[in-house]
Formats: sequence, structure tokens, C-alpha cells
Amino acid sequence: MAFRRFVSHKAAVASCGVILALSLFVILAPLTARYGVNQSVQAPPNSFLSPRGNAWLGTDDIGRDLYSRLIFGIRVSLLIGLASALISVTLGSLIGAVAGFRGGKFDDVMMRVTDLFLAFPFLVTLLVVRNVLGAVPWLKPLTGEMNSVRFIIVLFGIFGWMGVARIVRGQVLSLKEREFVEAARAVGASRRYIISRHLLPNSVGPIMVALTFSVVGAIIGESTLAFFGYGPQAGDGATSLGILVGAAKGAVQTGFWWLAVFPCFALIVIALSINFIGDALRDATDPRLDRGA
Amino acid sequence: MFRYILRRLAWAIPTLLIVTFLVYLALRIGTDPVASYKRVNPRATRAKVQQYIDVNGLDPNFVKGYLTWLRNFVTGDWAPSIKGRREVWPALKDAMANTLRLGTAATVVGIFFGLIAGVFAALRPGGKRDVFINTSAFVGISIPPFISAILLQLLFAVYWQRWFGESLFPTSGVYPPGHSGFDLPLMIRYMVLPTIVVAIQIIATYSRYMRSSLLDVLNSDYMRTARSKGISERRVLVKHGMRNALIPVVTIAALDVGSIVGGLIITENIFSYPGMGLYFLKSFGEGDFPLLMPWMVVIVASVLLFNLIADISYAWLDPRIRLE
Amino acid sequence: MMGEKVMQIRDLHVTFDTPSGPLEAVRGVDLEVEAGELLGVVGESGSGKSVTFLATMGLLPTRAHVTGSVVLEGEQLIGASAKKMRDVRGRLLSMIFQDPLSALNPVHRIGDQISEMLHSHQSLTRRESEKRAIELLDIVGIPQPADRARQYPHEFSGGMRQRVVIAIAIANNPKVLIADEPTTALDVTVQAQILEVIERVQERFGTAVVLITHDLGVIARVADRVNVMYAGRNVEHGTIHSLFDHPSHPYTRGLLASLPRAGKQRLKPITGFPPNMLQPPSGCAFHPRCEFAADVCRGAMPELRQIDDLQSACVRAKELPRAESFV
Repeated sequence: MAFRRFVSHKAAVASCGVILALSLFVILAPLTARYGVNQSVQAPPNSFLSPRGNAWLGTDDIGRDLYSRLIFGIRVSLLIGLASALISVTLGSLIGAVAGFRGGKFDDVMMRVTDLFLAFPFLVTLLVVRNVLGAVPWLKPLTGEMNSVRFIIVLFGIFGWMGVARIVRGQVLSLKEREFVEAARAVGASRRYIISRHLLPNSVGPIMVALTFSVVGAIIGESTLAFFGYGPQAGDGATSLGILVGAAKGAVQTGFWWLAVFPCFALIVIALSINFIGDALRDATDPRLDRGA
Repeated sequence: MFRYILRRLAWAIPTLLIVTFLVYLALRIGTDPVASYKRVNPRATRAKVQQYIDVNGLDPNFVKGYLTWLRNFVTGDWAPSIKGRREVWPALKDAMANTLRLGTAATVVGIFFGLIAGVFAALRPGGKRDVFINTSAFVGISIPPFISAILLQLLFAVYWQRWFGESLFPTSGVYPPGHSGFDLPLMIRYMVLPTIVVAIQIIATYSRYMRSSLLDVLNSDYMRTARSKGISERRVLVKHGMRNALIPVVTIAALDVGSIVGGLIITENIFSYPGMGLYFLKSFGEGDFPLLMPWMVVIVASVLLFNLIADISYAWLDPRIRLE
Repeated sequence: MMGEKVMQIRDLHVTFDTPSGPLEAVRGVDLEVEAGELLGVVGESGSGKSVTFLATMGLLPTRAHVTGSVVLEGEQLIGASAKKMRDVRGRLLSMIFQDPLSALNPVHRIGDQISEMLHSHQSLTRRESEKRAIELLDIVGIPQPADRARQYPHEFSGGMRQRVVIAIAIANNPKVLIADEPTTALDVTVQAQILEVIERVQERFGTAVVLITHDLGVIARVADRVNVMYAGRNVEHGTIHSLFDHPSHPYTRGLLASLPRAGKQRLKPITGFPPNMLQPPSGCAFHPRCEFAADVCRGAMPELRQIDDLQSACVRAKELPRAESFV
């Protein structure tokens, strides 16, 4: 039922195709990329070459191939998106389920905190949390250096759980009143058992939806940070979508359009595709639509 | 109603205190204000550093420090910025005025077009117009503001100049360098692109809110009752549909101020627009505690204020809420 | 004036476009409403009874195609302009809906919702309409009508809200009042009160009332004549007395047999399910569930015929054994 509804959503199916193809393409980066991430396409003069035969999407300020760098950048960005989304969804599902199920003080405090965080301008919270996270010495072994990819993953993992927690909490609140949960409680099942056996499995739909939106959130978040110079640093010339888009900022006024257009376009395609998938998942798993249709 | 507002106001003050304390903590831990001061003023004497610590409430004991900061803040005894020892209030005031102008323009444009688009989409669900509006809105929310800003700059400033000899809209600041005095048409030309960037997000979000909210309302029984009275379709829509559809939208609108400010910060930075966003990114980059704290207070206060406005407008629009 | 026909429905068809193809919800209904009478229309859900009357009101969604004829006070309503229909709705013809909890707009005061109905068809000053609204609330039995008029729907109970809905419907003294399952959503004790209000309105203003319901018990209590509908067709029609005394159509018999009565040992429900209207059965749509079905029933769609003092659409009506009387 849910699957059929998802498949009937044409844009989402196409998006799945796009994302799968893109993932395959960047996983096989050693084969699909034409140059190394830090390699010049030709001997100088090689900076700011417009798209041509030996550099399909042009070159950047120090003569590196934009096409190859884009592949490596998307690879890093997808990794950041997926890894941090997994962290935030795990955290958020647990916290949301417990908050929704237990109610009371814990729930109140949790929801107050998430309300507060979500009401604040996203970038401000992100930057402040980033700095705080980087300044706590005992977190160093977990987070690594502030400009590493690992740090960014942990940051978005910690940052993203609130949205997920809200969704899961809402789902759990409505499930809690349903007969099968009442029945489990009546026969004396433990709280942990009910949450893990009844509530979480029945929240798979909303959790999947939250997962897709967390992936987009982290990818865009990383780009935003990198755009303002707070992202992962390009050690050894490594790159991410955010770094590439950030470089575009300088290229605009001088008119090197390819440096702006291609990375921006890649980011839009990725964000749009994942959003389409999430939207279709939400429609497909919405139990309200099961009746009648 | 009046008592309800008073009660909410009474709540806002402790909340403001708690949140500013959290912000104070975060900035103390995250930016290390004393180290920043020493970095910017490497030749500062020990006495100067101590004076900086005292005025800003940077006591090693966080609670004690916060109370000192609070006292100085409330009495208007604000420390100057660490870089160049500038007065904070004039800078903050200018930034606020500029952001308020841009934010208001973008919000008005955005909500106006967003609501209209949402209504048009909802009137014929599944029709061509609906699919077009819905898909555009979807694309709109998927494009981060800095991307649309870059692409708009590229098109309307750089390439327009190449093709037509003159750029259509300027891309940075409020006025050209060296301009003085007030010039409305000029200012509007400078504001067009940043306004569009922020408004795109708002239009996309609100057309979706409005569409789903109005769809719910259009399918409700009281709309059928209204039609069965024989009143005009327009009156049915405006008097019975709109008000009910606006209830959830207004609530979200007032709570959304955070994300609008977020969009403003990014946009201002790209267009070098001297507002709150540019102010924040500059002072955050320099770890300028005396500039940052008042900025944070303004943001926290406006988030709380808009929360309050949301509650009040909700109660005003929906009689079911008033009794509580 | 009993006997004068205020509304005549002839050969009404309503077809909906659905993703699974056209669905003919009403398949040729003929029906007359006499001045001042209380006509019951009974049938299972999906029998087309509500759709028939929504069609007369012009309140069906645009994906519904309506053909046939509805004449109200000498005027043809099918195919009439939107302006004409607006003039008819609320003035000559008005409607009460099933769920009083959602039928009133939550953000407007009760008094204003009644006044709106008055203003749409009469030119009154604000004060006059306010006064009239309070009178109407009094007529439908709402205590302290002046105070209640200033309140909002959520301050009323379900039964009280249904009274308000009735007050709105009768505000312009319509010729025909259509009550679509007005008591279904209410408690049993409240149901009786609402039926009383409807009867009172009918007697006091001479309004013809069409009472749509799936509950023959309700019909038995208040109706003068009854129309039984099945699968978008009229299957039987007659006065309340003759229909309950000697029902001719097997469907009507089934409905009556499934009615709980004192002293009866067991209820006998009708077997099977209502037909799928995307592919209705051939001939008499009831034949798959009918204990008397014969080959002739699967042939042509039967028309209503006079059988004694009833009109019945059962081709075998005369051959069937006489049914138990329910009077």
C-alpha cells in the first residue's frame, strides 16, 4: 500500500534514480574523476579556464579541474549528510520516544529546549554550538579538530536531533492511546519493551521521513558553514560542496560563471531530489491516507 | 484577553533572563572573550585587561560574571568593542534599522505573494496551476538562500552589465560608496536583490502552509453550510474560508521569525548589507564579546516578542482559545 | 394546503468522475414533495439519498454531472445559473446537515451566522436581523436566546448546535427543508428533542420537510410518506401506514425485519453488502441479496409501478407472499 503510493509519486521515483546514480558515480570516484582532487589540468597558465576539452566544467583559481573536484566534493557532502543524519535520527528517535511516552517533567523540559533552539536563527545557533563543542576539551577524542569532517558530522548529529525528536514524540503520543499499547501495558510489559517493540517500529514511517530531511539539512548546513568559512578545511586540497560553493562567492564578480553555476546546480539537484523523496515518503506512510484510497 | 497578555508578558521576563544566561555561557565557553581581547590588543596592560573583564562581567565564576554583565547592561553601562573601542549602541541601532527595513520589505512581499499563491493552488487542487505553484514552492524551499543570492548576482549584476552595458541592480551595500543623505529610489534599487532572496524562501514556505490550511478548511462542513445559505461564492471564501485558514498560518508566521532572521543573516553577508547579520558575522569572527551580547539580547527578545504576538493573534482569530 | 406539489424530481441522474471511472450515484430518481408534508427518505449509506438532495441544492462538487429535472415552485433548478441557485438556496430550499459539531463556523458568533442567512435574502437593518435571530433561537427552543446569540459554537452542546443549524435553515421560511440525517450524530435522548423541533417547525410554518435517514425507527415516528432508496434508485414509495403494514419490495421488508421491536426474539439483518456502484448489478440492483430473486430480476431495470396503494419497483411484487405487518 505504502509502497504503491510512493511509486505513484513520479518526481520521487525520478529523484531516487538521480540520487542512486549520483551516489554510484561518486563512490566510483577513482574511475569517474579525470584528475586528482588537487591536481592541475595542465601546466600554467591554467587558472580560471572556461569549460573545454581537458576540463569539462572549467578550472578554479589554481588550475584544478572543477568536474573532478565536484565529484570529490559531492562524495564528502553525501557522507556528511548520511552519517550525521544517522546520528541525529538515532538520538532524536530515542529522546522523542522517551519524552512522548513518559510525558511529565522530562517531556516538558525536552520540548522547551527544542522549541527554543528551533525558534532561534539557524546559523547563529549553529555557529555558537560549533564553538562550544570545539571548546570542550573532553570532547576532543570524539569530535577531532574543529575543521575536520568528523567534527562537522558530530556537530550536525548533535544539532539535528531536535527536529526528529519532535516528529517521533508526536507519533508516540498518538500511538500511546491506541489499543495495542494499552493492551501491552495491561499485561505488564516493561516501558522499555513497549517502546522498543511497539512504539518505535510503528514510527518507522515518520522516522524515515525525518531521516531524509536530516540528510538535506546536514548537506545544506555544511555548505552554509563552509560558505562562511566555518566548514571543514581543505587539508590536502580535499573539498566538499560547501567549499566549492564558497569559492563561487569570489568568482561571481569576476564573471567566472562556471565556478558558481555548477556547484550551485549540484547542490540544488541533491537537495531537491532528497526533499522529493522525503515528501513522497511522508505521503506514502501517512496512515490517514490508508483509509479509502 | 488583557489578563492573558499580561500573564504571557510576566512569563517572558524570566525566560529572557534564563536564555540570556545560556547565551552568556555559550559565548564564554565558545569564544573565550578574554583571549580574543588579548589577541586583538596584544599590548594591553594587565590593568586594561582587568578593566575589560570587570566591565563585561567576565568573572571566572559564571553566575557572578553574568550578574555583573546584567547590571551593567540594564544600567546602560555598555563596554566598547574590543576592536577600535567603538560604542556598541550606535552600531547596533544602525544595524537594527537596516535589518528591520530589509526584513519588513521581504516579509511583506513574501507573505503577500505566498498567501496568494497558496490560495490559488488550493482553489483547484490537482489542477495545472496547483501543480505549478506546488512544484515551484518545492524548488524554492530546496534552494538555500546563499545559492539563490549568488545566481541572482551573477545574472542581474555581472552578466547584465556584460550584455547591456550597465548592471540592473547593485549587489552590495545600501548606497554607493561615498553617498550621503537619504535617497529612496536609490535605496530601493539596492534592496531589490536581497529582498528577492529572502522573499523567495518566505513565498515558498507560506504558499505551502496556506495551501494545506485552506484545503482543510474548504473540505469542512461549515463551508457547505455557508454555501447552503445562498451567499456569494466570494463571501463564502473570504468570510468563512480565509479567517479559518489563516489561524494556523498566522501562528506559524510569528514563530518563523527565527528562520527569517536566519535567511537575513546569510543574505546580508552576501550583499554586504550593513544589518544585523553582517554585524553578527563580523563580531562573531572576531570574538567581540561586547558587541555580541547586546546583539543576542535583541534576537532573544524579538523571538520572545513574536512568540507573544503569535499567541495573541491566535487567541484573537480563534474564539475557542480565548477561554483558557 | 396538503397535496399541492412544491418540488418535483424527475429522472435525476448524478455521475461522479472518480479515478476508477465514472460512478453513477443516482440512477433515475423520481420523487415529489407535497406542501407542508414530512417526507421520509430512507436507505443504506451509499444509496444516493443525500446526493439526490445535494443535487437539488446545487451543492455537489464540480466533478459531479447532474441530468434530469428538479422543479421547485414551477422553476427548473437543474442547469439553472449559479446566481439563480444562490437565490433559491436558503430562501426556498434549505438544508440541515448530519454533523452539528462541524456545520457551524467556529470563528463567528451564533447570532451573526443566523443574521448572515437573513441578510442574504432579505433587506433588513442590523437591529432587525439581530432581533429576528434571537426569535429564531427561541423558536428552536434555545433558552436565553439573547445571551446565546452572542456566543460561539464551541460554547454549545451537540444538540444545541443542531438547533442552531435548524434556526439558520428556517430563517427565511423556506418552502422545503431538507434534513440530512439530522439526528445520527446525536445521543438518543437528544435525537427525540431534535425531531420534535423539526416537527414543530413543519407544523408552525407549513414547511415541507424531507427527512433523510437510514433509520426506519425515526421515519416511523414522524413521517407522512416514505421513499425507500437502494443503489441510486427509488424502490418503494407510499404512505407511512401502507408501507409499514404491507411492504411490497423485498428490500423494504428486509429493512423492517431488521428493526428491533418489543417482543421480537431475533433481528433478521439483510444478508450481503450494498453493491459496488462502479459496477452495479444488472436489472434490479437488489437481486444479489434478495431471497425472492428470479431470472426476470436480472434483466431490465424495473420502474416504479402501482401495487395496491404503494408504488414498488419489484417486478415480482404481486407474486410474493404477503409480508408481516409492522404497524
